[in-house]
Amino acid sequence: MNIAVQRELDTAPALARVLGQDWTELPQDLYIPPDALEVILDAFEGPLDLLLWLIRRNNLNVLDIPMADLTRQYIVYIEAMQVHRLELAAEYLVMAAMLIEIKSRMLLPRPQKAEEGDEHDPRAELVRRLLEYEQMKRAAQNLDGISLLGRDFQIVNVYLDRLAAKRLPQVGIDDLIAAWTDILSRARMNSHHKVGRQDLSVREHMSRILKILQGKGCALFTELFPAAAGRPELVVTFLALLELTRERLIDLTQTEPFAPIHASLAASHADHR
Amino acid sequence: MQTIDNPEDVKKVLETVLLSATAPLTLGELKRVFETELHNDFLRRALDELRQEWQGRGAELTQVAEGWRFQTRPEFQPYIDRLNPERPPKYSRAVMETLAIVAYRQPVTRGDIEEIRGVTVNSQIIKTLEDRGWIEVVAHKEVPGRPALFATTEQFLSDLNLRALSELPALPELAKETLFADLPVENK
Repeated sequence: MNIAVQRELDTAPALARVLGQDWTELPQDLYIPPDALEVILDAFEGPLDLLLWLIRRNNLNVLDIPMADLTRQYIVYIEAMQVHRLELAAEYLVMAAMLIEIKSRMLLPRPQKAEEGDEHDPRAELVRRLLEYEQMKRAAQNLDGISLLGRDFQIVNVYLDRLAAKRLPQVGIDDLIAAWTDILSRARMNSHHKVGRQDLSVREHMSRILKILQGKGCALFTELFPAAAGRPELVVTFLALLELTRERLIDLTQTEPFAPIHASLAASHADHR
Repeated sequence: MQTIDNPEDVKKVLETVLLSATAPLTLGELKRVFETELHNDFLRRALDELRQEWQGRGAELTQVAEGWRFQTRPEFQPYIDRLNPERPPKYSRAVMETLAIVAYRQPVTRGDIEEIRGVTVNSQIIKTLEDRGWIEVVAHKEVPGRPALFATTEQFLSDLNLRALSELPALPELAKETLFADLPVENK
């Protein structure tokens, strides 16, 4: 273990000069032209993603991470970020601290009970997180591979005008018939009034009055007006009486002002009876 | 319209309403279009036959989380794309990873997502997925701050042509077999 620590201490200064002259001393896998570094770091989704990439690139087993190598490489990248004035997210620093902590724990002498097999490997939590992240990262890629509506297939939809235009009321034959029936019935009501006026012929009422008088010879003026008659009929009856008087077919007599008026057949007619 | 009762006419009605619908139709909605009450089994059989009849065509009848719908077959998408060459933009890895975590680990808080991804979750990522109608807040976790718990929506499943969460691709296996004997890895 002492030897391992010594080797790390030896290599540390060289790595600090990584962006200076000592590029070739880095493991071949880690060599990235400085110009490309910015682009590459931009492509990572965070420290876990960067760690995973480092592990995969160096063909390391996620479950058996050589903490020293990994920590060293990781810090190289953080330094590179600073040199290139990339925005150094806090998460990367936290991860660097975590890596160093794990490494230092591993350097400490192991307690005796480690032999019994229930020791807690300081890498366990990191491994768990790395594996879980990698699982989700691959799940995301798989999700992207599923056929997606709008990208890989479309909803079939027969174009209906209602999508574009406001929905207008529908009219059928039945509606037309109903509307026409309405018009007719309303017209019938209107024509009722007109017909009513035409019905009230003065001549007809003249005949009616004459018939009454022929039966009785003489009648009270008020008796000649039909009891249930409306105003138009009353007017026509009055006109008929005036007309009969003018044609001298009946006589209207009143003995004194405000006395009842009597109607009787004119003398000549009475004579004919 | 005369009363429909024979299976052939039922299929024609189903085909017509499904083709004219702008969103998937549930069995209940399909039932409502008939004057007479049809049995669910009868309807399902008719839908199944209709689906078979459409086999070998450019479009297919599918059942997704939100119901039944007609959709084009993916193999014909290149031809559709030539009519409309503008490709839909791709979601970033951050969005896709967040979506995967919500889909597989739901319900999750933003903190859970950050824990797995190892970075803070940009609000824009959550908003992108919410606006798409793929994730929604289903509850709040009863811990300090009452963080929102996110879950995927039915529309998410429908858009991915799925009927249920169980149809999502299985999670990639963790590399357990290469596990060091003395290295305890607790998979959640």
